[in-house]
Amino acid sequence: MNWANLFFDLFAVIVVILSVITITRRNAVHSAIALMMAFVGLAAIYVILGAELLAAIQVLVYAGGVMALMLFVIMSVKSDEQNQVKQTHAQTLIAAFVGVLFVVEIGVTVWMGFLYKNTGALAKSQLAAMGNTEALGTVLFTKFLFPFEVASVLLLAAMVGAIVLAKYKLER
Amino acid sequence: MTTVLPVPNLAAIGPEILVTVLACGLLLVDLFIPKDRKRAVGILALAGTVVTALFTMRYWNYSATTFSGMFVVDNFAVIFKEVFLFATAITILISLRYLEIEKVSLGEYYALMLFCTLGMMVMVSAADLVVIYIGLETMALSVYVLSGFMRFNVKSSEAALKYFLVGVFISGILLYGIALTYGVVGSTNLNAIAETIKLKGLKDNPVLMIAMFLLAAGFGLEIAMAPFHFWAPDVYEGSPTPVTAFISVAPKAAAFAALIRVFVVGIGLMAPHWQVLLWVIAALTMTIGNVTAALQSNVKRMLAYSSIAHAGYMLLGILAANTTGLAGVAFYFFAYAFMNMGAFGVIILLRREGIVGDEVDDFKGLAHTNPMAALLMVVFLLSLTGIPPTAGFIGKFLLFSAAIKAGFYWLVVIAVLNSVVSLFYYFRIAQAMYMGEAPDSSIPRPQGAPSLTVAIAIVGILTLFFGIYPHHLVELAKASVTTFIPFL
Repeated sequence: MNWANLFFDLFAVIVVILSVITITRRNAVHSAIALMMAFVGLAAIYVILGAELLAAIQVLVYAGGVMALMLFVIMSVKSDEQNQVKQTHAQTLIAAFVGVLFVVEIGVTVWMGFLYKNTGALAKSQLAAMGNTEALGTVLFTKFLFPFEVASVLLLAAMVGAIVLAKYKLER
Repeated sequence: MTTVLPVPNLAAIGPEILVTVLACGLLLVDLFIPKDRKRAVGILALAGTVVTALFTMRYWNYSATTFSGMFVVDNFAVIFKEVFLFATAITILISLRYLEIEKVSLGEYYALMLFCTLGMMVMVSAADLVVIYIGLETMALSVYVLSGFMRFNVKSSEAALKYFLVGVFISGILLYGIALTYGVVGSTNLNAIAETIKLKGLKDNPVLMIAMFLLAAGFGLEIAMAPFHFWAPDVYEGSPTPVTAFISVAPKAAAFAALIRVFVVGIGLMAPHWQVLLWVIAALTMTIGNVTAALQSNVKRMLAYSSIAHAGYMLLGILAANTTGLAGVAFYFFAYAFMNMGAFGVIILLRREGIVGDEVDDFKGLAHTNPMAALLMVVFLLSLTGIPPTAGFIGKFLLFSAAIKAGFYWLVVIAVLNSVVSLFYYFRIAQAMYMGEAPDSSIPRPQGAPSLTVAIAIVGILTLFFGIYPHHLVELAKASVTTFIPFL
């Protein structure tokens, strides 16, 4: 029992509790805040597992970007009553089905991981040579250089498009 | 540990670099041009596109694979890039005046069009599923914005939103297909996929079959093949007409090229499976497209359904999986670019202050008010139906003969019957033009802007020229598919 394991368990419990809070609060803002803290908890788990880059992305993209977007949406439909709207449970059956399916899928994956001892051996040997972030960076700038560069153009096009659609509406 | 950075062959992506620089340059130039002179940005974009098209021609017979096998330049890629650049140039020509009438003449329009062109050029040159996906997204994102460019118009916004929602949903499906393929084969490189399927005998692998379905669905959206065609009529009707002309040709061509590369090169050994799939899809697509088109009174919607039907004909070429078929697809896209953009050009010609001009009734009496436009429209309609002496006839001839050679007799029968149905609705427009009463003289006569007239004249002449002297273009199309001979 080392410290890393202890912290892993600690954060796992925190994330589960926060996730439960997220789906049970009546106030959408409370849910959003709980979800954001759950994202940060997940980031902590990634750090413990040695995936620092993933942790940074988790904080920046999910806890930062996605959450800001969600809060904007909540605020733009805001009126005090709407924030208190009770969550509906009309789709419980479907949700339960999908949930069970997901649990089975994760279970099978974990079980397979125990079954085949050398799962991820390639990744481990790569990690021994260099860090997680370095490995990703190396692949991104060698093998996947071309899609990486095109992706930057993609983002530019998306940005220009978003500005065109939003800005010129305001001017009218 | 030090990593050696690769030295890619930058010469191979020359046309792509040129288009990117041009698009970014337009965004900058746009800042210094006053609001009422945005036409200048369009003219600059046009000049740049023509230069790029001429530059791309130099890559004919230039064959290279670079960026760790992700990017290939072969004649097939070059011929499709020419289709895109041609479609872009014609679209810019027919947009110049239209955007001013609609009061949305903005410089970003042309930049987005070039970003879209870049995405398509990347798609046809991609030899890796990841690159195909990135190219597809670059193309799709630009097109969503272009289709909603008339932001204050409810129909245009509806078109953009519908296109976007369907698009992101289907791109998720495509990604799932890519992920399953990677899961089974262990690579996203098309040649490596083909190699692994061959070595491990995976051609009847059930997971790979699901992946095949998902990949077909992913490309099927842009192709607008049944059952992924529902977005097309609304988007075609709502988008600005030049954008409709563009999305009915260029993204469709890009998705077809990618589909050919993935199916023929990547999972070519699974041909018996995907031939069954495409047989059903082709028959459905042709029939749904033509039968529904016959019921439309809005010409843009009619052409939308007709473009669905044309996608069905073109699937025959992939289905046949022989040189004539694939060359037929390449040829057909040229013919289709000429005739379809011409037909949309005539619709734009009818757009005047106060008149939208996209109903069949708006075509009434065009033969009296603008005889030249009416005559050219007849040429485009003949070509769309597939009647000689037009390029459309040669294209259909190539596709149908390839399918017969491959033994798909029943499908060719269905295709020919469908062509007969299409004759009915195309000639409703011709009938309105020549036999309909001309509207009273109080309404301004349809008079095209010079750029529009030039564009319609160019595509009209090309439609006739390649209908009478198709030999050269057919030879080029055949030379372009030599890449695939080892896989057929």
